[in-house]
Order: sequence, then C-alpha cells, then structure tokens
Amino acid sequence: MSFNIIVCVKQVPDSDKVRIDPKTGSLIRKGVPGVLNADDCNALEAALAIKDRFENVHVTAVTMGPPQAREVLIEALAKGADEGLLVCDPALANSDTFVTSSVLARAIAKWADANGGYSLVIAGREASDGDTAQVGPQIAERLDIPQITYVSSLSISDDMTSVTAERLLDGSAETVEAQLPCLVTATKHLNAPRYPKMGNIFGPKNITSWTAADLQLNSDSIGLEGSASVVISSFSMKRRTGTTFVEGENGSEQAINLLGILHERHII
Amino acid sequence: MNSEISKDIWVFAEQTEGRLAPVAGQLLGEGARLLSDMPAGARLCAVVAGDHDDAASASSEAIAYGASTVYSIESPLLKDYTTDGYAKAVTAAIEEYIPDIILYGATPVGRDLAPRIAARLGLGLTADCTRLDLKASDYLEFAQKETTMDTSGLDLDDTHLKQTKPSFGGKLMATMICPDARPQMATVRAGVMDAPEPDYNRTGEIISVNADINDEDIRIKVVSREVLESESASISDAEVIVAGGRGLGSAEGFKLLQQLADKAGGVVAASGAAVDAGWIDESMMVGQTGTIVSPRIYIACGISGSIQHLAGIEKSDTIIAINTDPDVPIFEIADYCIVGDLYEVIPALIEHWDEYKSLK
Amino acid sequence: MNFQLNEEQQFVIKTVRDFAQREVKPMAAEIDENHRFPHETVAKMAEMGMLGIPFPKEYGGAGGDYLSYYLTVEELAKACASTAVICSAHTSLVTWPIYNFGTETQKQKYLPEMTSGKKLGAFCLTEPNAGTDSAKQETRAVLDGDEYVLNGIKTFITNGGVADVFLVFAMTDRTKKNKGISAFIVEKDDPGFYVGRNERKMGICASSTVSLTFKNCRIPKDRLVGREGQGFKIAMMTLDGGRIGIAAQSLGIAEAAFDEALNYLKTRKQFGGPLTKQQALQFGMAELKTEIEATRALIYMAIDLKERGLPYSEYASMCKLKAAETAMHVTTKAVQYMAGYGYSKDYPVERMMRDAKVTEIYEGTSEVQKLVISSKFI
Repeated sequence: MSFNIIVCVKQVPDSDKVRIDPKTGSLIRKGVPGVLNADDCNALEAALAIKDRFENVHVTAVTMGPPQAREVLIEALAKGADEGLLVCDPALANSDTFVTSSVLARAIAKWADANGGYSLVIAGREASDGDTAQVGPQIAERLDIPQITYVSSLSISDDMTSVTAERLLDGSAETVEAQLPCLVTATKHLNAPRYPKMGNIFGPKNITSWTAADLQLNSDSIGLEGSASVVISSFSMKRRTGTTFVEGENGSEQAINLLGILHERHII
Repeated sequence: MNSEISKDIWVFAEQTEGRLAPVAGQLLGEGARLLSDMPAGARLCAVVAGDHDDAASASSEAIAYGASTVYSIESPLLKDYTTDGYAKAVTAAIEEYIPDIILYGATPVGRDLAPRIAARLGLGLTADCTRLDLKASDYLEFAQKETTMDTSGLDLDDTHLKQTKPSFGGKLMATMICPDARPQMATVRAGVMDAPEPDYNRTGEIISVNADINDEDIRIKVVSREVLESESASISDAEVIVAGGRGLGSAEGFKLLQQLADKAGGVVAASGAAVDAGWIDESMMVGQTGTIVSPRIYIACGISGSIQHLAGIEKSDTIIAINTDPDVPIFEIADYCIVGDLYEVIPALIEHWDEYKSLK
Repeated sequence: MNFQLNEEQQFVIKTVRDFAQREVKPMAAEIDENHRFPHETVAKMAEMGMLGIPFPKEYGGAGGDYLSYYLTVEELAKACASTAVICSAHTSLVTWPIYNFGTETQKQKYLPEMTSGKKLGAFCLTEPNAGTDSAKQETRAVLDGDEYVLNGIKTFITNGGVADVFLVFAMTDRTKKNKGISAFIVEKDDPGFYVGRNERKMGICASSTVSLTFKNCRIPKDRLVGREGQGFKIAMMTLDGGRIGIAAQSLGIAEAAFDEALNYLKTRKQFGGPLTKQQALQFGMAELKTEIEATRALIYMAIDLKERGLPYSEYASMCKLKAAETAMHVTTKAVQYMAGYGYSKDYPVERMMRDAKVTEIYEGTSEVQKLVISSKFI
C-alpha cells in the first residue's frame, strides 16, 4: 500500500493584481488571474519532497471551488502530484470555513475509503483572500486527527509512522512530534516551491470531479444555508483624508517642499 | 448543560507560565466595552486553562483586568499549550456554561485553538478581527464615517456581534455575523483593542471546570520550545521607519536609506520585493507576512505597495511614499506622495532634514 | 477557426512567464553586458523540461504541442532574447531534425539527452562563403571506410560554444550542388573538431555564437542523418520550423518593448500630465499594439499549419519576415518614445532594439524570406 498524502489547495485571485473599486469598495476580479494560494504552494512542495525521498508515496491534491479551480489542480499535477480532486457545485458558493472544512473532510474521507486511507494531510496555513487560517484545523477536527499548525520544517520518520515538525510562532519556535495520520499547515518558511515540469502538463489529467451529491451533502448543510457565519458586508476603508501629492520641479525641490509641509504640520 | 443560554461574554485568557498574554488584557478591555451593550445580568468572564499554579495566577490577573468570573480548567496536562488538551478543556467549559460570545487572541495559540473548537461544536468563527460591534448604531456610524459601504440595507435592530476583519491582506474588509449558533466566536488581532489598567484589588469568582483531560487525549508531543532572538523588535518599536522596495534597484540603495534613517532617528526596513531580491535580511520585512508596524512616520521608498505590505503599515501615523510611478497602490494610502526619483529626493531630504527640524 | 488557447497552453504561458520574470529577466542586463552565456538558467530550463517540449515522452520530451513550445520561446524572449534563442536553436534546429529525419538508433542515442537538456544542440549550415546561397557549401564530407571525414569551416553558429551535439551540413557530392549536401551529427569531442572564439555581436550578446573548424574530423558513418544528398531538404525543412521560433522570439521582444514604453509613458510627466495624455503617443502606441497582434495572428496561422501536418514553409517565412520587422519597428519606437531613457543602458529597451536586429538576419535574412514567399506564387 502506498503512503498517501492529501494536499488541500485553493485558487485565489493573484493578490498582486487585485484592485478594489474605490467607489463601491468591491473587489475588481475582472482580468485578475487565479493562482495557487501561496501557503498551499509550500504545502504541496512539502508533500512532493516526501514523495522524492520515499518510495511509493501518492500525493493527491484536493480543492473546492468553481470549475476554473481545476487550474490549480493542473498546476499541482504539473509539479508532480499524482492525482487531483475537484469538489465543485454551485450549491457550495458562499460556504464559510465551517462548511468548507466539512466538505473537504468529506472528500478526503471518501477518497481514503476507496484508496486505503491516508497518512498525512497538508494544507497551507491560510489563504490570501480570506485570511482566516481556519480551514486546516477544522478539517483536522472533522477527520478527528491531530493538527500541527504554523509548520516551518517537517520530517517523516524512516519507518513512515510519525512526523516531527518545527512550528514558527510569534517570537518562539517549538518542535513537536505526532503519530500519523495527522494534519499540518504549511508556512512559507517550510520550503521553496519548485516549478512545474513541462512533461507533466500535457496529456490526460488524473482529475476527479465530485459534486455535493457525490459526497452525500444535503443542500441545507452547505453553502450559505449550512454556514455558521455569514458575511453581512464587504467594503474598503475610506482613503486617508488629505493625501497630498508634493510637487516640485525636481526631486530636490520636492524634498524641500515635503519637509516644509511636515514641519508646518508638526510631524517633524 | 444549562438550559438557558446566557448573555455572558467570555475571553479566552491565553497564558504562558501564569502570565496573561497581552492580548488577553486587551480582549477583557474590549469585552467590558461590549458588555455595556448587553442586557443586565450579563457578565464578563475569562476562561483559563493551565496547571494548578499557572491557572491560579492567570485567573487572578484576568480578574484584575476586569473579569468578574473565571472558568478555570486545571490539569498538569495543561501546563503547556497543546491543541488537543486545550480544545478539550475549553470545549468542556463552553458546553457546560454556553456564553453568548467568546473572544480569542488572534495569536498562534488562538488561531490554532478556536477553529478546532468551532468545528467541534458547529460554531461560526471569524478570524483576526480588528473591530467588534454589538450595537447596530455604532456599526452604522463606523460604516458611514470610515468606510465605502452602502449602508442603506443595514438592519438597525441587529443585535448580533458584528465582527469586522481585513481580507485580501487588508485591501478589503468584511463584517461577519454568526446568526444562529451560540456562542459567537472571534479571534481578535493583538494590539488593536485597548487593555484597561489592571486593578489587583478587584475580586471575582473562580469556578473550576472539570474537563477530564487524559494522557491519551494529547496526541502531539512537544519536544522543545525556544524563544527566538528577533531583530524585528526594532522595526516594530521604531518611531520612524525608512523602508525600501524594488524601486531601490539594488542592495546598495539601503545605504542611502540608512543615512536618512540615521538623520530622522529611525530604522531601515524593507518590502517583500526587496527581501525576495536578496538585498536585505528577511527580518527587516514589513507587511502582513513580515512585521506589522505602527511608527509615527513611515517613509516608503520605491515601494509600489503590495496588499500584504500595505496591511503591515496602515497603522502608521504618517505615511510618506516616493515612487516614480504615479499609479502605484501605495499612493492610495499614503499621506504624502512624491512622484519622483528616490535617488534625487532622499539625498535632499538628508541634506535639509536638520534645518527644517530645528525650525521653530 | 479557434483562437482560444486550451488549458495546457494557458498553463504553459503561466509557468514560463512566472519562470522568465523571476529567473531570467532579473539577469538579462547583466548577461548582455558581460556577453555571458547563462548556464545556470539553461540548467533550470532543462530541469523543467523546457528544452524538449514538442517531442514524445518516449524520447524524454514533454509530449507537448508546437504552439506550447513557441509560446515558451515568446515568453522567454519577453524577458531575455538571448535566452529565448538558446531554447529555439536547440529545439527547432537540432533536436527536431534528429527526431524527424534520424534513424531509430540515432533518436535513441541523442534525443533523451537533448530533450532533457543534458546536451545542447547547434545547427551548422552557414559558412564564410555560403550564407543565403547554401549551394556554395565548402565543407566537405568524404566516406573513408566506416567513417566520414569532414573538412571545412562553419560560422555564426548559435549555441556553438556550449553545444554537445552539432548538426553539420557538408558536401558529399559537389557536382550536385544543393542535392549534394548531406547532414551529419558531430559530437563535441570528435577528433578534428575545433570551436573558435565567440563572435562580438551587436545583440543577443548572451547567446554563444562561434566559428567551428573541421580538420580531418572523423565521425562514424552512422552519423549521417537521412540519406546522402538529403541535407539541403533537411536544412530547409528544419529552418521552416526554426523561423517560427525566431518569429516567436521577435514577438516576445516587441511585446516587452511595448510594455516598457507603455509603463514609461504612463509614469513620465511632461506638460502637466503623463505622456499617455499626448494623442500623438496614444496613436503611436495603438499602431504598435495593432502590429504586434497582427504579427501574433500570422505566427499562430503558421503554427496551426505545422500542427496539422500541412505545408507551412510560406507561412513560416511570412511570419518570420513580419515578426522581425515588428520587433525592429516596435523596439525602435520604444527607444524613441523613451528618448534619453530609451537610449540609456540603464533601461532595457536599447538592449531589446539591439537584440531585435538579428531577427531580420539569422535563420534566413528578410530578403531570403521574401525569396521563399515569392517563389510560392511567381
């Protein structure tokens, strides 16, 4: 039997290219490409590094999202994952972390049932769009396995039954051990993600799509209806008032004008 | 389990060796403010977990910061924080007493623990909040004054805890509520709420909760813990920060920034792009993924302002940005913008700084 | 007719763009200035499988389509034209003819190492006295027992100083002119094979361009590619594919120069506003953009014909001719619009302008392309 690793990934808008409509405060998604969430790249890399080191490791990337979320599974496959799982259903729109984690846990369990279980689940610490860092721990709870969050270094024991991880916390570091299976959440300190390989891009893709029904999820337990928390508004903060463009014929003059203003306003 | 759901507000009082984490005091301060919008009889409580000694001293401190009641779960197995041990302990207290609201610090501990409890109990949870409102009128005022929100659809009778958090690294804000399940839970960013002055003469009730923690509950073994030396302390405490980004063009540029920092009594820092380019150590990185700063003056030189960078500087009193591109995002939040070449502007700032500073 | 890229092609663009912007672009100015071949970048490209995209996996290739390969060249060229031509010359001009005309033994021997980028290839046709007129080949190959003996000089050979595998064209029967040319594989360590010094060039300074000397260079006779006398046909068919590669390179250069100029015009304030407020510049940029997109359409048409196994020689020449002109025109305009900054080596467009010039010259000058194109209808 293989050593099965599940990597949870999410497609997020490229945060470098995200702009907010200053009038409505809403996100301008048009023309913003979807990318594999940064922490998830580290999660995937951690799995692939284990696959590089040990024989017989199977890496499955799982994501929940709209049809275009398939793109991040293609990326995972191109980097070396063996398989992708896309959980995609319009009824899943507006799910909170509570629902998202239960859906992903259900998908992981269903995959594991058919494939002889799993040893390790790796998720990114947080997604750059929601900034919650909740889905990883909540999946662990749903799967009833221990969790190791904020992981900056990870190693599997030679007998592949336990994991040692370093956690980088605010101003401290902690080394922990756990028996497998367990879930870890990856930070950017964990590794340097590899580039995809061209040879993995072309040809048939081992990607399975599941709907809510495939996971035996009722409509009242998913989406907005199933969520324990709901967004009542999203907006942006007003621009700081009085943004001043400091003019001047050249840099030196601009600098002097700035200093004048700063002095006048008692900032220096 | 109590049949009647209380309107109590709880604060998870994170502690290390019996000392409260600073955020716990801040949350008790915020909890007291929120309590004034709760019906009479609602209490501000703390929930503490630890071994006997640590729990006792943390409980006293929580009372000093304003908790009237402390739910204390004591066990030698709770001496160090573990997800499994603490999740079981806090869950036991919640299940027995069911508060209306629980606040956790958005620290590594809080953000490790709270989601686990939320999933276990089927609760909503909002991460990393920077603002909390119970009164709809307070929220409306905030929305109208400080945000771009269309407030026409706001429910002015809403009594849920309105939990406001940054998303997209601070570019966008969202307000969430937990409509049904109780308690409503949130992790709250450290340093945002105000802690009261502790009063060690205050008294309060300490209620011991039995959580029946066993060895086998704790599946993660902590092998070692160490405190890391951090250079970023100087960035997070600095009055003036001169930060450089990709527009510097090279590591050499930081020498110029250092001269300005010396002149202005500040320190040098960097954007993620400058760190990625290998021009400066990662410990100098400002941003959501680096250090969040709140200096008096922040001077951004050749920094376009990625979302994560802006999220790390938004609490600065005054932001000055120098960039050749007038369309960079940093100009949208900066107080003073100079469209120009930093290599012309900064030498002039260095040259003339003292004469303006000494002007009366 | 469908101009929509499929999900694989879109992902190729994303992957190569990400790589090129992070790994290639930051060093483009340095390798240009120092005339330094970017071995470290080529090693990374090899690792990613970028040096064997349109070849079957059984030969170590990525099993990709031609469009994905040409998109790769284009994205590389946006960051660094030298890096793009390293990939293009290796893939189109050496790996492809061995794949297409080689014996199974030759394919087994050479392709896996070439598609994986362990060995680089160089295409050796041009001679001091035989440029456009390849019938004037002076390099000769004479069969002597089980070996061919090569004598002659090749010049302006891209990748020549760094390659391990050389596809060399030589006369086996002078009397037959073009039909007396044959193609051979020469290896770097073959006796009697000498690599000359790097040419001092105007552009694509980081690519290796050398002269090669064959002095009683003896190679086993099974290094003959195709049959004796087939060399000219092999060279011409190979160049058809190569020309689309150069077109893709040209397109990438043009797009990069356009982006640099646009960024500058948006930023540069004169007469009370950014230069993009000047209608003369708006119109100028509109023309450049149109030219770029027309060029792209022509390149995609040539690729589509090649992909479908249809004759594409004419379209290869047309797209190369057009793309080279576009690259030259757009980069010249970009320098002009950026004026002093455009002319300065501190900004990349002057390099792009120097790099663009060679696209009108190598793999058939623009005049040769016109000969090929007109021969189809005159």
